[in-house]
Amino acid sequence: MSSTTTVTARGATSGAPGGGRSTGAAPGAAMRRTGEWARRAPLLPALVLTVIVTQLPFVVTIVTSFISWNAYYPDRRHFAGLENFQTVVSDPDARKAILVSVTLTLSVVLVSLLLGLVSALLLDRKFLGRGIVRTLMITPFLVVPVAAALLWKHALYNPEYGLFDGLLKLVLGSNAPQVDWIGQYPFASVMFAIVWQWTPFMMLILLAGLQSRPLDVVEAARIDGASSWQIFRHMTLPHLRSYIELAGLLGTIYVVQNFDHVFTITSGGLGTANLPYYIYQTFYTAHDYGLASAAGVIVVVLTIAVATVALRTVFSLFKEENR
Amino acid sequence: MSRATYATVAVVGAVALSTGLSACAGAGGAGGAGGGGGGSTDSINVLMVNNPQMVDLQKLAPEFTKESGIKVNFTVLPENDLRDKTSQEFSSQAGQYDVATLSNFEIPIYAKNSWVADLTSYTKSDTAFDQSDILEPMTKALSVDGKIYGEPFYGESSFLMYRKDVLAAKGVTMPAKPTWQQVADIAAKVDTPGGMRGICLRGQPGWGQLFAPLTTVVNTFGGTWFEKDWTPKVNGTEFKAATNFYVDLVKAHGEAGASQAGFTECLNNMTQGKTAMWYDATSAAGSLEASDSPVKGKIGYAPAPVVKTDSSGWLYTWAWAVEQKSAKKDAAWKFVSWASSKKYEELVGAQLGWSKVPAGKRASTYSNADYVKSAEAFATETKSAIESANPDNPGVQERPAPGIQFVDIPEFPDLGTKVSQYVSSAIAGQGSVDSALDQGQQLAETVAKSYQK
Repeated sequence: MSSTTTVTARGATSGAPGGGRSTGAAPGAAMRRTGEWARRAPLLPALVLTVIVTQLPFVVTIVTSFISWNAYYPDRRHFAGLENFQTVVSDPDARKAILVSVTLTLSVVLVSLLLGLVSALLLDRKFLGRGIVRTLMITPFLVVPVAAALLWKHALYNPEYGLFDGLLKLVLGSNAPQVDWIGQYPFASVMFAIVWQWTPFMMLILLAGLQSRPLDVVEAARIDGASSWQIFRHMTLPHLRSYIELAGLLGTIYVVQNFDHVFTITSGGLGTANLPYYIYQTFYTAHDYGLASAAGVIVVVLTIAVATVALRTVFSLFKEENR
Repeated sequence: MSRATYATVAVVGAVALSTGLSACAGAGGAGGAGGGGGGSTDSINVLMVNNPQMVDLQKLAPEFTKESGIKVNFTVLPENDLRDKTSQEFSSQAGQYDVATLSNFEIPIYAKNSWVADLTSYTKSDTAFDQSDILEPMTKALSVDGKIYGEPFYGESSFLMYRKDVLAAKGVTMPAKPTWQQVADIAAKVDTPGGMRGICLRGQPGWGQLFAPLTTVVNTFGGTWFEKDWTPKVNGTEFKAATNFYVDLVKAHGEAGASQAGFTECLNNMTQGKTAMWYDATSAAGSLEASDSPVKGKIGYAPAPVVKTDSSGWLYTWAWAVEQKSAKKDAAWKFVSWASSKKYEELVGAQLGWSKVPAGKRASTYSNADYVKSAEAFATETKSAIESANPDNPGVQERPAPGIQFVDIPEFPDLGTKVSQYVSSAIAGQGSVDSALDQGQQLAETVAKSYQK
């Protein structure tokens, strides 16, 4: 609607300097309008499809969350009001899942940001074979998440044939302690497997930031006698701030959804079930569609709240920097 | 930036997140074989569990295609994932699969909801299939109101498998009918620190994983999930005693990484000589005695250990069921009757070895000289374990619903899985069994409410 008005307005102004051709203005605008629509029309199906594919499931989820609907009891389906939401909120497992989601996301994002920063700084230097090392460093991000999780569960963590315990034996001899990594450190086991996948992503963004750094200023600082640490602290880090924030924000949005690692490594046991796993279990094992939808809606509401606060902080930081 | 813009960005982010969530939930549901139903009748879609017998079937399926001209597309999944997928598929009647492996847990529930096709008329008209040869407890477990809804592929109970050579080397003899205390004592004697462990017991969360063996232990200790009038007894004295016993045993003498070990992990441990005993499904014996197994001939078999009951083995069958929505029921029956037939057993015997035959479902299997000869180590033990299992009365008290290693109600997968997660934590040394079962009791009370009305 608003775009049509702009077109008409533009058509009118451009017609005016043409020299008093009062009759030409209107058909010109109309033709232009048809032209614009001819260009836009082919895009419409894509837009409609996008809306259907992305927004309709969301609306269906909201509707379902108010229905008492267990697939095993098709005859008992009825409108339940807020009952599902009450059940979720009063369920200790759901509350635990929320806590796990928050801790897991925060720790994964922070640790992978730190590791990503370190590897980006190292990769920013020139050395022989840098291209190969860079490619190798990015590889974990390209591995399918469920395959990566399987790799960690079996090839690395397994107490019978895993590489970690094998390494312990190799270094400390045959009497080396054999750790049951997943059993003893379930949260850390899941966390590090995800960190391994997300560090390259952080590294990529931070490396891009590092390479956009004006090097002449750094050189000038060095000539003025600034130490490497001072340059890093007062020049590199402030320059990287927006990149760190961006990486953190994108990382958070994706890590909150992590399902593959929790599902594969611990089957949701040992207190590692996060919200996506909780929703999965409610949906696929209990077949309580209403309850699962209510949990999903709660996730979205919480995310909107958190994201609003987070974005506000991030944007205010941008402003400070521009000052 | 205005307030409205913050909100817009946040909402867009959250919506992206929610669609991401639904996409990840969908990952479990998508990716089936060969696309949807419909199409020609010369191909059917089969969804099945990834147990060794099914993997063998996949290898031999070209024989079926040669015979019938029907091509079979298989989707093969691990047990936990298969259950999620089949319940999703059948409850929505998506019609993506014509045949699926269901168990005696699902079939009665699904039949009541008309999600699985009634096969009675097929069994009557197809005399070559010989329904009367199927073991009576199996036919009964897969029928509702006298109508047959599933055909067993193989049947199983549970028993104790042990290394005869290892026990003999330590001067230990296995009693003919061991009690759990005797088993624990033997586990302590044969356990070598840093070497072979005493016993392998499942610890992986999942009602069909950890709680399959554990519920049989609970039964024989005198415990139950629910009493006759649906009073939950998850934190009852017997249930707690049984679970504590199980957790203590696996912690002291069980496999490494027990909290994540299921059937497959224990099978690997037993095959690779990492454990001296294993209490699990009788169907495992076929793999242990296979010609390429390093422990072939070294294993002894004893009945499921008991405490207060005479026997405590479970009754279980992976059976073929046809989805009600399937448009290719005739082709589906052809496949089902082929896979559950005597002829198929002979095919496996001839091509892969008689010890790999999917047994425990037909009386004729146990009078087949070839099979009895090759499976002599476990054939009689398996048959008597199946015959002594009583799903209607598995403990010391009356039950409100049938089932030995499960309670046959739709709520049990969720209840059992959640409680198994708590118990699995206790196996990993995080938290106590008592508090795990107190939590379980609360969940069981919620379930009981809808039945007590």
